[in-house]
Amino acid sequence: MSMENSLPISHRQRLWLYALGGLVMLFLIAPSVIIVIMSFSGSTLLEFPPQEWSLRWYESYFGSVEWRDATIVSVKVAVMTAIVATPLGTAAAYAINVGTLRLTGAINALLTASLIIPVILIGIGTFFLYARIGLNNTLTGLVIAHTVQALPLVVLTVLSGLRSYDMNQEKVARNLGAGRFSAFFQVTMPQISFSIVSGALFAFITSFDEVVVSLFISGGETTTLTRRMFNALRDQIDPTIAAISTCLIVLSIVLLSAAQLFGRER
Amino acid sequence: MSIAGLRDNDGRKSALNVHALRADAQRESLGLLALLSPGLVLVFAVIIVPIGWLFWLSLFDEAGQLSAANYARFFEQASYIKTFVTTFKVAFVVTGACVLFGYPLACMLSQLPRRAASICLIFVILPFWTSVLVRTYAWLVILQRKGLINSWLIDLGVISQPLPLANNFAGVVIGMTHIMLPFLVLPLYASMKTIDVDCLRAGMNLGASPAATFRQIFFPLSLPGLASGVVIVFVLCLGFFVTPALMGGGKVIMWAMRMEQTTSLYSNWGAGAALGVVLLGVTLALLGLFQRLLGARATGVWSQR
Repeated sequence: MSMENSLPISHRQRLWLYALGGLVMLFLIAPSVIIVIMSFSGSTLLEFPPQEWSLRWYESYFGSVEWRDATIVSVKVAVMTAIVATPLGTAAAYAINVGTLRLTGAINALLTASLIIPVILIGIGTFFLYARIGLNNTLTGLVIAHTVQALPLVVLTVLSGLRSYDMNQEKVARNLGAGRFSAFFQVTMPQISFSIVSGALFAFITSFDEVVVSLFISGGETTTLTRRMFNALRDQIDPTIAAISTCLIVLSIVLLSAAQLFGRER
Repeated sequence: MSIAGLRDNDGRKSALNVHALRADAQRESLGLLALLSPGLVLVFAVIIVPIGWLFWLSLFDEAGQLSAANYARFFEQASYIKTFVTTFKVAFVVTGACVLFGYPLACMLSQLPRRAASICLIFVILPFWTSVLVRTYAWLVILQRKGLINSWLIDLGVISQPLPLANNFAGVVIGMTHIMLPFLVLPLYASMKTIDVDCLRAGMNLGASPAATFRQIFFPLSLPGLASGVVIVFVLCLGFFVTPALMGGGKVIMWAMRMEQTTSLYSNWGAGAALGVVLLGVTLALLGLFQRLLGARATGVWSQR
C-alpha cells in the first residue's frame, strides 16, 4: 500500500525524511506534553521533570473563586454559542448547497469574513459597537461575538456533510408530499446529523478558546477564562495556569475525538 | 430548457407555464435567502458595520476635521515605521520556518500508509485545536530565563549564563511558528495526496533520477498547496496578537499590539482605526492576489481539518 503513492527515493533518504518529520511532530506535541506533566508538580518552581508530585495546582484552580467564576462564564458562553451558531450555520450551509442563489461569491465572502479579517480588528470593532449599544461586559454580547466567529466553521463542516449527501432524496420526499421543513427534518437531517454535531463541537471549542475579542468585550462579572489567563500571564507565570491548561488540553482531546467519531460513522 | 421550442408548439399554455415556473423559482430563492439571512445579518452587524464605522473615524483628526493625518503618521513617526518593519520581519521569518519544518512533515505524511498517516496527523491537528494561550504559556515555561531549556543546558554545563530565548524576537518567532505550522501543513498535505503517482513513474521511466523526479515533478505539483499554506500563514502572522503580546517582553511591538495600545491605552480611535484599515487592506490584497494567481481560496484550510 505504501509503495503505491511513494516517491522513488532510496531507503536511506526515506529514513532521513521520516527522522525529520518525526522531529517536527515532536516540536508540535512536546509543549502540550510538558505542560500536562508539569501541572502535577509539587513545587512552585517550574521544573521538568518534577521532583515531587502533587495536585496542589489543581486545588489552587478549583479552590479559587475567581478562576471558578471565569470558567463558569466561559462554559456558559460556549454552550450558548454552540446553540445559536449551529442552527444558523446549518441553515446557511443548506442554502449555499442548493446552489441556485446568485451572488454566491459575496455570500461566501461575508460568511467566511471572520476567518480572514484580522481578529484584532474584529475585537476593536466589536468593542466600539458594543460601547454604543451597551453590550460590553455582558453574556449576550459575548455570545453574539463568538457566534460570528464560530459561524464559518459550522457552515464549512455542515457543507462538507451536505456535499456527500444526495439531495435527490429530499426531492423525492417532497415529491411524495412532504413539506420543505418535514422533508429536511425527517430525511436530510438524520443523514447529516454527524456533521451538524461536529459543527456544534467546533463552535463550542472556538468560543471556549477565543482570546482576542473576549479581551476587549468581557470584563468584571463576565470575565472569561481566557481573558483571566491572558492577564495572569502578563504579570507572572503562575503554575496554576499549567493545571488550567491541562484541563483545556483534555477538553480539546475529548471534543476532537467526539467530532472524529461522529465523522467516521458517516 | 427549450422554452422557445415549447412556445412553438403551444404558445399560450407554455407561456403560462413559464410564469408559474418563474414564480416558483422566485419563491424558492426567497426561501433560501430567508435561511441565509440570520447568519448574514449577524456577520454584517457585528463585523462589517463596526469596521465601516472605524474606517469613517480614521478619516478625521483629533479636532474632528476631515484629514489624512491618521494615515500620514505611518510615514512620519519612526515608532510606526519600526512596528511595520518588525511585523513584516516576524511574518517572513515565521513563514520561512513553517516552510522549512512543514514541507518535510507534509511530505512524510503523504508517503505513509493511510492508517499511519491518520495517526501522525493527530500530532498536527491536536495543537491546531489547542488554545493559543495554552501553547504560548507552554513556550514561556520552556524558553524563559529559568525555563526548561536554560536549566537543562546549564545543568549539562553547555552554558553558564541563561540564553535570552523568551521576551524577545526569538521567543515570538518560536511560539508563532508552533502556532502557524498546522496552517501550512494541512493544505500542503492535502495537495501532496492528490499528486498522481503515475506522473512520478512516467518520469522514472523516461530516465529521470530520483532527485530529478522529486525536483521536476513532485515539487512543482506540490506548489499550489505550498502557496496556499504560505499565504494563509503570512496573512495570519501580520495580524497576530496573543503570542507577541505575551512573549515579546514589550520589546517586539507588532501591528496588532500597536492597534491595541493606541485604542485601549491612548484611546486614540482614529489612529487605531487607520492601523486596522491598512492591515485589512494588506490582508485582502495578499489574499486577492493569491486567488487571482492560483484560482484557489486560501480559507480552504479550515475545511480540511
